[in-house]
Amino acid sequence: MASGREIKTKIKSTQNMRKVTRALEMVSAAKIRRAQDMMKASRPYARSMRKVIAHVAQASTDFSHPFLTQRENIARVGYIVVSTDRGLCGGLNSNLFRRLLPAIAEWHKQGVEVDVVAVGQKAISFFRRIKGVNLIGSVSHLGEKPKLEQLIGVIKVMMDVYTSNGLDRVFLAYNDFVNTMTQKPTIDALLPLPAVAAEMENTDGVKLEQTNEWDYIYEPDAQTVLEHVLARYVESLVYQAALENLASEHAARMVAMKSASDNANKVIDELTLIYNKARQAAITQEISEIVGGAAAV
Amino acid sequence: MTNTIRVDIVSAEAEIFSGDATMVIATGELGELGITPRHAPLITRLKPGHVDVVLDGGERQQFYVSGGILEVQPQVITVLADTAARASDLDEAAAQRAKKEAEDALAHRTEAVDIAEAQAKLAEAMAQLQALERLRKNLKH
Repeated sequence: MASGREIKTKIKSTQNMRKVTRALEMVSAAKIRRAQDMMKASRPYARSMRKVIAHVAQASTDFSHPFLTQRENIARVGYIVVSTDRGLCGGLNSNLFRRLLPAIAEWHKQGVEVDVVAVGQKAISFFRRIKGVNLIGSVSHLGEKPKLEQLIGVIKVMMDVYTSNGLDRVFLAYNDFVNTMTQKPTIDALLPLPAVAAEMENTDGVKLEQTNEWDYIYEPDAQTVLEHVLARYVESLVYQAALENLASEHAARMVAMKSASDNANKVIDELTLIYNKARQAAITQEISEIVGGAAAV
Repeated sequence: MTNTIRVDIVSAEAEIFSGDATMVIATGELGELGITPRHAPLITRLKPGHVDVVLDGGERQQFYVSGGILEVQPQVITVLADTAARASDLDEAAAQRAKKEAEDALAHRTEAVDIAEAQAKLAEAMAQLQALERLRKNLKH
């Protein structure tokens, strides 16, 4: 049986671990509120943007933008993957990557190449090790208050390749924040828009119906305005994804650290019991030795 | 007959204004715009400047936007305000940084892994986690 001192050291180190997990849990619990507030604050913009885009899609303009035209042959696809910077958040990132890999493998089977833009340290270190996936852009350390400016770079990398016909489809992968207990790894179609509209019809039952023929007055002209609107649309979606992912990260970390603290408690209880038993056994043995010795005299 | 129209002014980081107004004045790319109810559908880029909303009682509310999009629909006027100062050269610099970061990450790549291999590893890790979970549950009883 382990000596009392050994068990005591183990108890001490487990207590230290519990301190750390507790602290992490509380930090995330405090931050999740802000993350959720930011997520909510950005929703009206995303909603209005979707409406405008729906209108644009209905308007019978004679100008066709690459974002609006669906290409028949798919030779190359892009993924924007939003992950966390730090670990200790349960299976959050692994779950997302686990959903992504079969999709990527499927594209490979069809002879389609896959480009990836990574947001967050975890996605960067994951995708730089994967063969057959081109990491074309990345950004990390968005911090607790992601700003749209931080994401512009990676989005532009992806969109530039798309507009120059380098990519035929673009997807967005992130963890959707459902509630504190549930985060859903999600892969959404981002471009081209007809593919997005088709997906929206399938999943949400939203139908972008074609009403009477009408068109906007464009100022200065259709091309400039549409380019601008579509670029902003993509940016708002990616930004929204980054916020959702941040809230998910804190929620997942809170839950993971809570269960880690609970487990540490359990281990400490068990070890304390063993320690007390060992101590008692030692005392009993000592007494019986003394008694035995006295009887012998 | 209504002489007000719904106005939504939103930015990516916050909802700025939402309500009914009799007129919206904004600086479009081609000049100042004053939009009243039953304006024809219009979409334009905004220049950095003020967006004025005239409320039903004649009260004016002023907002500043650093650019954005103004959309006029029969029932609603939407202003999608930019949060950051934007210029194509700034965007280009940001794109270059993103590319560079990816290249740096690849330069430090240790060993490359097949997709199948990574998939197997992930599945293995998940299975281990699940097994641990089950074990823990059994221990409780």
